Amino acid sequence: MAEELGVDISRVRMIPTKTGVSPNEGYTAGSLSMQHSGAALRHLSAQLRAAEARVEQVVVGRSVPRFDIPGKVFGTRHYIQDLRFPGQLYGRVLRPPTRNAQPQGLDETQARKIPGVIATTRTGNLIGVIAEREEVAVQAIAQLAEECHWTPAETPPLPNEQALPEYLKSTPADTQTLHDSGNPPTRDRSTTTIQARFSRPYLAHASIAPSCAIARWHNGTLAVWTHSQGVYNLRAELARWFDLPPEAVQVEHVEGAGCYGHNAADDAAGDAALLAQAVPGRHVQVMWSRQDELSWAPFGPAMAIEVAVELNDREEINHWRQEIWSNGHSSRPSSQGNPPLLAALDQGKQPVPSSDPPLTGGGGSARNAIPGYRLPGLTVVSHVLQEMPLRTSALRALGAHLNVYATESMIDELAERAAKDPIEYRLSLLADPRARKVLERVAEAVNWNASRPSAQNGAASAHEIQTTEHEINAGPAGKDRVSADRATAAGIDAGRFGPAGSNGSNRAGSNPDGPSQSIRAGRQETTPTRGDWGRGVGYARYKNTGAYCAVVADVEATDSVRVVRLTIAVDVGQVVNPDGVRNQIEGGAIQAVSWTTREQVRFDRHGVTSRNWEDYPILTFADVPSVVVELVDRPDCPSLGAGEASIGPTAAAIGNAVRAALGVRVGTLPLTPDNVIAALP
Amino acid sequence: MTAHLIVNGQDHEVDCDPNAPLLYILRNDLCLTAAKFGCGQGMCGACNVLVDGHPTHSCDTPIWSVEGKQIQTLEGLGNEENPHPLQQAFIKEQAMQCGYCIAGIIMTAAALTTRDPEPDEQTVRQALNGNLCRCGAHNRIVRAVLSCHA
Repeated sequence: MAEELGVDISRVRMIPTKTGVSPNEGYTAGSLSMQHSGAALRHLSAQLRAAEARVEQVVVGRSVPRFDIPGKVFGTRHYIQDLRFPGQLYGRVLRPPTRNAQPQGLDETQARKIPGVIATTRTGNLIGVIAEREEVAVQAIAQLAEECHWTPAETPPLPNEQALPEYLKSTPADTQTLHDSGNPPTRDRSTTTIQARFSRPYLAHASIAPSCAIARWHNGTLAVWTHSQGVYNLRAELARWFDLPPEAVQVEHVEGAGCYGHNAADDAAGDAALLAQAVPGRHVQVMWSRQDELSWAPFGPAMAIEVAVELNDREEINHWRQEIWSNGHSSRPSSQGNPPLLAALDQGKQPVPSSDPPLTGGGGSARNAIPGYRLPGLTVVSHVLQEMPLRTSALRALGAHLNVYATESMIDELAERAAKDPIEYRLSLLADPRARKVLERVAEAVNWNASRPSAQNGAASAHEIQTTEHEINAGPAGKDRVSADRATAAGIDAGRFGPAGSNGSNRAGSNPDGPSQSIRAGRQETTPTRGDWGRGVGYARYKNTGAYCAVVADVEATDSVRVVRLTIAVDVGQVVNPDGVRNQIEGGAIQAVSWTTREQVRFDRHGVTSRNWEDYPILTFADVPSVVVELVDRPDCPSLGAGEASIGPTAAAIGNAVRAALGVRVGTLPLTPDNVIAALP
Repeated sequence: MTAHLIVNGQDHEVDCDPNAPLLYILRNDLCLTAAKFGCGQGMCGACNVLVDGHPTHSCDTPIWSVEGKQIQTLEGLGNEENPHPLQQAFIKEQAMQCGYCIAGIIMTAAALTTRDPEPDEQTVRQALNGNLCRCGAHNRIVRAVLSCHA
């Protein structure tokens, strides 16, 4: 904007969105701010400037220091959690300890006796308290938690955490063929089909800040301050819920901590609006507890993916089939079916299973399910679950995390079979010069050809893949036929080499009660070893329309999988702020290391059990890899978002590096010692 | 009760429950909002302040235990006119993304660099290992701390 306007950048101020004042741009999501809002502002600025001649300013392509950082290092800049209105009250909520539990025999007298408690509230399953002081609200809600007895749901509402892929594949789903090249597998006698299964658990957004909102009712109107990613959509949902005209609800954005998608921001706003009804005219701040943030916020969906690739007798790809099972990746307010806010569910509203954005809009479960490679035949099928035991919604990169992991794992396997270097193999299937460039750049940055003993790795692992030629003339055509092929063809089955389809249910996940295993201990029986160090590559163009990103990961796999170094090349089109792009790309990559190597939402059949940072550990300073980011600037190409592009390629590079280190393909995420050992031959 | 607190070198009398966590008193009574609530369990470090020079989780530290002690928050470390070297370094390295964890991290780092003015990278990472950052700004943060004596 500054450049187009010809003014100094310090004169441009970005202001938070507010309903009734700001344009309605839907959600701040999907790495689209640069592509959409940024481009719009740029055009607008250029138009404005055309009306008035200004001095030339060069801003684009320079690393301009952020305006918010000084206030954050001096402690003077306010997040929503720091907002204080005159006479503001503090609300806290108590949610059931398990899913669908009903409160019984709640005695509120003790809590109400605590000095400073203004009110206790109860609507359906949601218990709340409002107090003059924050610590009193916290104390009172703890008192209520102690005195409330809950009747657990009669039927356990959650699936078996230890068999998530099986649950996903056996649950009623909306099945759609999202892509069909019309070029089916030939199933010729000379072909070979390679198959692999992949899965990830539910993942938490796990913002460092618990979600927070402030609400105030006044003369039948509602004002809400929120860190929601979509103030207009939240307003629509609040208006629907409280049966108000939209104009009677004002929703204003206030900066919050990183949220990484649809976390509990909107739910906290619902809680605040509900509690504030008890004290008209007063501002009520509601902040969630850490426990609720990790166990009641929407999760990134658990996913299962199967990939089947038919090769001809020259080891070339005939057909690629990618099939995905997942809950939908969006239950944002005002998305399909108008999913209620959590407090409305507590009141008894029926949940609406989350849905997927259309593939043309980037997709959800199937985001990046279409590999960017030249494939003669391609079929992509998605199964979006029609029931939702745990609420799911958008988590950074959506389905791209596991789709890219799956695709790039398979590509690495195919390269090994063809005895080709993984990067050379990818280049042989990529025509887009921008895709090729990021791979070439990352190869150059790590000195790939000199550093990777590809011949040794390729030769050593190739023999482990057991394959069977297709048995033609066996079984009917269509889907049954595919199943028949699965039983006879061989491949990678959730990480273990051997006949596909065997023994699938017993090794998913790790034992939540047992001691954590060490990879070293688990490998004692196995041969051959290749040392504990491995290097792998991963590539994707985010959403097939966004930024191009290639990652090389170096890992050590001794007691656990430790990512030591990431080298990343990225093309986000024209780079506006190089340091901003580096920060986003590196941050996404580090978060992907955390998801891929250690994160999983834990639960039993009644409730989520990972409720604090010990049960849901994330990557910490001692384990963060060094990261190098190489920018491929394209001054002539439109700017693309950088926030999510590195997630999938980083995950994939780690998986391929583990393969290189241990000779094992681990299909079950996260790459914990238990899951790695379970995949060892 | 009336608690006597010494915060950033200034005396304060605060009327509160002696068991009230220090964090809420700092944020709501003294309007020092740099220290943040993150978990309330002493597991993330977002609320870290210095008590007699030691990094302390203010979210689970009761007021009675810090009466009369020297409490320092990010606001007391320095300001725009008179910044602490760490604050300058964090600006120079643009060492954050969302920044919610930063107040706690700078205070933890301040205790470290007071104790060990020239820590190596491993020492910095170990010292900050109890401070969680979800955005992945770790390496920038480590660079900022190391650059203070470079």
